This record gives sequence, structure tokens and C-alpha cells, in this order.
Amino acid sequence: MTGHLPYALAAWLLLWGLYGVVTSKNLIHLVICLAILQSSTYVLLLAIGYKAGAVAPVYADMPPGTPAVDPVVQALMLTDIVVEATVVALLLALAVQAHERGGSLDPAELASLKG
Amino acid sequence: MNLRLALFTAGALGLAAVMAAGMRRLEPIGSYHGAYGEVLNAVAVGERNSTDVVSAVNFDYRGLDTLGEEYILFTSVLAVAAILRKQKDEHDEAPDQFREVPASDAVRLLGVGLVPVTVVFGLYLISHGAVSPGGGFQGGVVLASVPLVVYLCAGAKTFLRIPPPALAKAGESSGAAGYVLVGCLGILAGKAFLENVLPLGRPGGAWSAGTILFLNLTVGVAVAAGFVELLSSFVEKALKR
Repeated sequence: MTGHLPYALAAWLLLWGLYGVVTSKNLIHLVICLAILQSSTYVLLLAIGYKAGAVAPVYADMPPGTPAVDPVVQALMLTDIVVEATVVALLLALAVQAHERGGSLDPAELASLKG
Repeated sequence: MNLRLALFTAGALGLAAVMAAGMRRLEPIGSYHGAYGEVLNAVAVGERNSTDVVSAVNFDYRGLDTLGEEYILFTSVLAVAAILRKQKDEHDEAPDQFREVPASDAVRLLGVGLVPVTVVFGLYLISHGAVSPGGGFQGGVVLASVPLVVYLCAGAKTFLRIPPPALAKAGESSGAAGYVLVGCLGILAGKAFLENVLPLGRPGGAWSAGTILFLNLTVGVAVAAGFVELLSSFVEKALKR
């Protein structure tokens, strides 16, 4: 069962991130919850690429042929991080603008405002 | 609010059940069978003289995807600047109306020590992406944190004066264009776009892995300038209100 713990961790992060997004009373807090939610994909990607006894796929100080984990999912995770950074930046900019126009960061209060 | 929580709980329990059922069928961690990772780990150092296989994947084997990745960042920086741009009904606050809390001596001293170290570390990460963990994205973000340290030590006004806005914009654009230009070297050499046509150098050396080094440099410039643009947009907005 411990062999499945990283998958369970990914599910755990996803669900609690979702809980935070659903119940959030502050847009900044909501954006951070979304970032936590997305970090579950990092855990999942790294877990999929892991091979027992293998090391990081960097051959600067180890002989060729040393067993290493999958570099493809690691590269994918890097893309994932860049996408998360851009999404967070965009949402924070929208939160700043929503606060300016609506006078509040509480999504429930903003919903009752017009335009 | 309670209805929302009840709906979430019902949905989350269902989702958790589906995920738990799926997980039971998965093989335990560590029993990896993928083919591509094994092949790349075996050939990347010999084929590309890049000792960091992750960089070889990002900037060579799937370099076109990274071009898209860089333009996601580019577009997002543009979008943030557009969202936070000066509105018609906004007015610049008179300089004396905006009061900043001065940083303590301890913070400023720490900042003075941090700035040179961070610059060197960022440049090292960008230029050694093909050798060790790191690369243009990571190093670019580290470099962009230098003006942030200045912001912490010297306040928003000084921060906005440090990176000349024109230079940040030019850096972002030329970095993004540079990636395409390095890619075009492949076409000029009669091969495919983004094909690694430059001399490969020595594995583990500062000059290694051909175009991977130069793609990392262009990405580093674009990311550093892009993040400085992002930070400036937010700080300018804060100063205007």
C-alpha cells in the first residue's frame, strides 16, 4: 500500500485545493488554493516517472548508463510550473482589478455587483 | 454557503472514490516501464553532449513545445500589463501622498549582500542549463528576483527606476524572438527548424550541447525581462491607487 502513497498525496492535494477554491472568501486566497490544487499534478507526474533505485537524469557526475528516472515527465512538469506561474499572475491581476472596481475581494460580494 | 459545502462534499467524496478505485489498479511507485525515458537517458549525452537530459528534452527533442511554453509566458505578461494598464478614470497619486514604510537596516544590509549573489546564481543557472539542473526558465526567474530584493530594501519608487521599462520590454521581445531565430539556424543549415546544428562542444563544459545553450540564453533573457515586467505592472498599479 505504501507504493501508492504518492498517488494518494496527489489526490489529497487536489481535493483540499478544490475545497479551498469552493469555500474561499478572498480572491487572493482562492488563487493560492488553485496553485495548491495544481501542485497535485507535479506529484503525480514525478510519481509516474519514478523508477526504484534510479537517480535524477543528470549525467554531469555519474557514468553513462546509470539508471535514471524518466526525463520526459520532468520536462513536462517544468512546463506545468510555467503554466501555473502565468495562470497565477493573470488571476492576481484580475483580483486587483476586481478589488478596484468592486471594492471587495470576497467573491460572494462581488457576485452581487453589476458590470 | 451550507448548500455549497454540501454540494462540494458530495462531489468530492464521489471524486475521491473514483480516484481510489483507479489507484488500486495502478502499479506501485517505482515500477516504471516507459520506453521514451529509457531511450533518452541512454542517447542524450552521446547525441547532444548535454549532461542534463531534462534540458535536452526541453530545448532539443521537444524544443518546439518549449517555444509554445515561452509564448504562453509572453502572452500572459502582455495580458497582465493590459489588465493593469492605466485606466481613464485613474490619476497618478501625488508623490508625497504615497508613503512607504522604510525598510529596517537589517533588511537593507541583507539586500546588499543578496543582490550580487543572486545575479551570479541566475546567470550560472541560465548558462549551465545543459550541464546541471537549471536553465533559462529557472535562471530567468532568479534574475528577476533581483529587482524584488531592491523593492524590499529601497521601496517601490526605487524599484521602478531600477529596470528601465524600455529595456525590460526590449529584453522580453528579443528573448522571445531569439528563440525563433536560433531555431531558424537549423533551416539555414538545410535541416529542420530547431534542429541542433551548432558545434556540440564537450559534455559537461560551459560550451556544450550546441543550440541548447543558446536557447537557454534567449529563454533566460525573455523570462527575466518578462517577470520584471509583471512585477512592475503590479507595483505601478499599487502606486496609482
